[in-house]
Formats: sequence, structure tokens, C-alpha cells
Amino acid sequence: MQSMKSEFTAEFLSDLYRQMVTIRFFEESLVAPILNSEIRTPCHLSCGQEAIAVGLCSGLSRDDYVFGSHRSHGHYLAKGGDLRAMMAEIYCKATGCSRGRGGSMHVIDQDVGMMGSAPIVAGTVSLAVGAALAAQIRQDGRVVVSFFGDGACGEGVLYESLNFAALKRLPVIFACENNLYSTHLPIRECRVSQPIYMTAASFGIESHQVDGNDLLQVLGAGRNAVEACRKGNGPVFLELMTYRLRGHVGPDDAIQGTHQDIRPQHEIEAWRKRDPITCFERYLLAGQLVDEHTMASIRADVAAGIGKARDYAMESPSPRREELLRYVFA
Amino acid sequence: MSSPRRLQYSLAINEALHQVMELDASVFLIGQGVKSPWYVGNTARGLLDRFGEARVIDTPVSENGITGAAVGAAIAGMKPVVVHPRMDFMFFAMDPIINQAANWYYMNGGSGSVPVVFWGIINRGGAQGAQHSQAIHGLFANIPGLKVVMPATAYDAKGLMIAAIRDANPVVFVDERLLYHLEEVVPEEVYSVEIGKGCIRREGKDVTVVAVSFMVHEAMRAAEVLAAEGVDVEVIDLRTIKPLDRDLILQSVGKTGRLVVADVGWKSFGMSGEIAALAAEEAFGSLKAPVLRVALPDCPAPANGVLEDAYYQAVDHIVGTIRQFGLVC
Repeated sequence: MQSMKSEFTAEFLSDLYRQMVTIRFFEESLVAPILNSEIRTPCHLSCGQEAIAVGLCSGLSRDDYVFGSHRSHGHYLAKGGDLRAMMAEIYCKATGCSRGRGGSMHVIDQDVGMMGSAPIVAGTVSLAVGAALAAQIRQDGRVVVSFFGDGACGEGVLYESLNFAALKRLPVIFACENNLYSTHLPIRECRVSQPIYMTAASFGIESHQVDGNDLLQVLGAGRNAVEACRKGNGPVFLELMTYRLRGHVGPDDAIQGTHQDIRPQHEIEAWRKRDPITCFERYLLAGQLVDEHTMASIRADVAAGIGKARDYAMESPSPRREELLRYVFA
Repeated sequence: MSSPRRLQYSLAINEALHQVMELDASVFLIGQGVKSPWYVGNTARGLLDRFGEARVIDTPVSENGITGAAVGAAIAGMKPVVVHPRMDFMFFAMDPIINQAANWYYMNGGSGSVPVVFWGIINRGGAQGAQHSQAIHGLFANIPGLKVVMPATAYDAKGLMIAAIRDANPVVFVDERLLYHLEEVVPEEVYSVEIGKGCIRREGKDVTVVAVSFMVHEAMRAAEVLAAEGVDVEVIDLRTIKPLDRDLILQSVGKTGRLVVADVGWKSFGMSGEIAALAAEEAFGSLKAPVLRVALPDCPAPANGVLEDAYYQAVDHIVGTIRQFGLVC
């Protein structure tokens, strides 16, 4: 983000900022309730990876589809999902987006194209490909984004999906958020040292590596990918380099009671300096695009909204015992 | 007046696909071999020419990815039929079928049903060994959120395929290659056979045989044999194994007091055990004898003919089992 000029309006940039802050504040607001067991559903926080969700979703229309993973609070919010309904879901309440049946790992808001999320690693990649197949059969112009992590690159279904999507030229963007760890295992212990996007390229797919902490770089790559897909030149694979600032699950990896964060402290500190939100703030201030006062008021507004959402979730009713079997069949 | 139109089982499925695809543009067929009669018999005949490659999609050998794509298309509003010409290969697709499709509606609290048909073909016998001939319907029936249908006749093959495609839920449609040549009167119009409803193929007062798929025909033969011996056998064709037609089974057992379950799958922890348990739980007072089962021994399918003969159950096994009741005059 070297350029001091911007092709974007202050309003648009402020909105991007608001979205990133919303995801960060939302997830940070879960930390205390997780630690005091007010929240029991396993929460995989995406702190540090917000630029990817916001950057890619900003290039999509409401009708476009997104499929997520276990770490999809950010994807849900960036696609326009209802914040209160997700908060209520994390509290497993009847008002939640999955009516308290799903918890944190099953966030969905199909009205805005957030088609679902699931923690079986790479399990939704083929679903996203199928949604793109549906778009192609209907010729409805939709584009699909499949969000998954570098851990998914160990799953065979990813490669089946890449091949089929390439074969049929499906309008799907494979968004691989490479945060360098597959739960606890560093990527060098998962695969030989070749960038993931090069593997995707070998399937005949346009593939790029992108700085996933640079919002505008993600946004640019995402827009190009969407355009390619809309023109029938999909699929596109994006390897988005990033880092999670919190544990694999919960606030830190001690939450599971087995170990502390096994990642080197210097590595965590180095990435902390590249926090996508502070990077974007610096860019906005340096370019005099959005001033500190505006940003502060956005932060205050977002924080207030999240507080209200938590109140809503706390006050919401639980599903009733008699409803146990509801939703087994449609 | 011309006689009613007769149709082969496989062509009844073919007609169902033609008709539903014509009526509903959201229906499509995907799977390995849909361009080739070598894989799917004549069930896909004429579909490619009529509906084109966009809706009749032959695929690479990627059961997990392709089945997942069918599930994803269903989530996105389509009604896919994904075919597995040998259901053994569906083990590669258990994640999209079970983790995703079966759970999807529930785990998302009623957002987004998954109207997909997982069509798996059993290839019984033929010296094909353990990985080309398995019947795994019982495994699917164990999973909440899946429906499982198993037509034994051409009429039901058409009606259940149409019902499966039109159902809002994931339905596993299981047929058997050995039934493909069977021919009977099949109406030309579009009709459904209700999922969850079995039927009585033969009325009798002494013994109830609950059978599915290939074993329905074997049970009918057994009933003929035993009729000559003065034993009156009632044959129930389940047609759907999940949801189970409990009322039909319980009514029949209430009448006969004796139950034999004839399955095309393995004996342990499967469909036959489930039906035996139903009788024990809810018809105990009616039972005049222990519930007996005719099912595959707990053994992988062998290739050798002598061993196959020992492994597969047929009319003689059903007759022998019913004779254990000591009803023969």
C-alpha cells in the first residue's frame, strides 16, 4: 500500500475499515465469554485474517455465493450476514442463524449468499464447486468463493475439486488462506516447500499468491478473479498469505488445556506488526483518505453494535427440548 | 384396445429421468459413466442427446469431489441426481453424503435443504469380489437426515426415482443390476411412489416376510414353494427402508405372529436387525415364535463361485428359514 492516492472514495474506504473492525471487535468480544465458559461452542477466531474476507467479498454482489470453513465469522460478516443472528448462534440460542443447532462452525445467511460453513477440512470446497456448477447450468452469472485454509491442501477432495472446476471452467474462486499452520502443524511439516498456488496452477487454473494482510491487494486480486469468472474464464485460485493472531481454536492454544501456542514468539511479533487493520489505518492516515476522528467514531459505533448484539444473544431463548427432532428433515 | 405398456426396470428409471428433466430445468444427472451403457446400463439412454452436456455430466473418477459438487448444487437450488454405478465407490463420497448433505438442514437450523439423489447400484454376484458387489444401504439408513429407497420392481423404480428427485431432502436411491431386465406394466404418465410406504406383494396369514430389492422376488418364490406345503406366507416389499413403514410391518406381524426379515445386506447391525428390534419392541405380544433373519453372513463378498453360493442368500434360504417355524403340514 505505497500509493498515497486512491481510486476509491473516502466513503468506500471507510466502509471497508468498518467491516474489518467489525470482524475484529466481534471476535475479540468473544474472548472473555469463552474464557469464563459463557460461550461453549468451539470458536475459531480469524483475528489477523480480516483483510481476506473483506477484500474478496467487496468484489461480490449480494447474489454471489460464499462457502466457509470452521473459521468463518469473518466471511459471514463480510458477505453481509446478520451480526446479531451470528452472535446468538455462538450462544446457541433459538434466534441464532442456525437456530442454535450449529454453533460457531455453522454460520449461514443464505439471503445474502453466505451459503454455509463447516469444519470438515476442505469439506465445503466441493460444495462451492457444485454451487458454481449450478450457476453455470442456470447461466445466472453468479460467482462463488470457496474459503479454506492451507490445512485443506492435505485433503484429496481439494484436488478433485480443482480438476473438475478447471475442466468445466466453473465460476469459482478458490481462496486459500495460508496462515502457515494446519492447527498446530507448521506448513513445512505438511508439504514440501512449494507455494500452494503453484500446485493449483498445475491443474490449468489461473493462480496467484497475494499478500493477504494487504486489504487493497486482496481487493484487487479478488476483483480480477471475479471478472475472469463472470467472463467464463474461471476458475481462479488465490493463495492469500496471512497469519492468525490467536489460537487455532479459542483465544489461544492453551484453551484446549494441552499446550501453549507452539509458534515462535518472534514470528508472532513480526506478524503482529503486519496486522491488516493497523496497516490499513496507517495507509488511510498517510494518504489523508480517512481521518483519525472518523475512524474512532467508526470503532465506537461498531463496539456499541456488538454490545447490543451480545445483549440480544444473552436475552434470547434457548431452543426447547421438544424441538430436538425439528429440522432433521425438510 | 392395445395392451398396457410394459417396460424394463432400467428403462423405467430412464423414463423417470427423461420426464423429470423435461418438467424441471433444475434437475440434472452427474456421475461417472453417464455417457456409457457399460456403466449405467440403458438407464441414461437418450438423455445426453435430449438435454445436452450441461445437464448430463460425465465426470472424472472423483467420487468425493463430484458427489460434493452435487450436494453444493442442491444447496444452490438445483436437484441433482449423482450416480455411482457401483455403490462400493460411494465410500469415497461419505463426507459429502453424511457429514454435509445429511446434516446440512439440521445443523443450519432449517436454512437450506439439500434436494439431492445419491443413486448407488448394487452389483450382486458375478465373481466380482469384495469391492464390486457390496450392499451398503443399511449403513446409510443409520444416518439421521438421509432417506433410503430400494425399488424391487420396474413400477417402483420409476415412481421412487421421481419421488426421490422431488423430495426436499437427500435421498439414497439403491437399485440392483440384477433387477434391470425385469419387465412389467409401467404407466407412461409421471407418477410418484410415496417414500416411506411399503406394500404387501402377497397376502398370507401364517408368516410375514419383510424383504427389500432382489430379496422381494426371492421371497415371492419362497411363498410359492411353501404354499404347496400349506404354509401361507405374506410378503412385504419395504420399497423404502428409511423412513421405515412401521405400521405396515406391525399390522402384518399382528396378523401372522411370525416374522422373517430378508435383506440383501449383511446380517449384523443392519436393516434386518432394525426390523427385528421393531417387532421385539412393539409387537412382542403378537409374536408366536422368535424373529428370524435371512441376510448375508458377516464376510466380504468372495469371487469364487462355490463361496459365492454359500454367501448369497436366495429362495432356498428363505424357505429353509420359514420351515424352522414348524408350520409344515
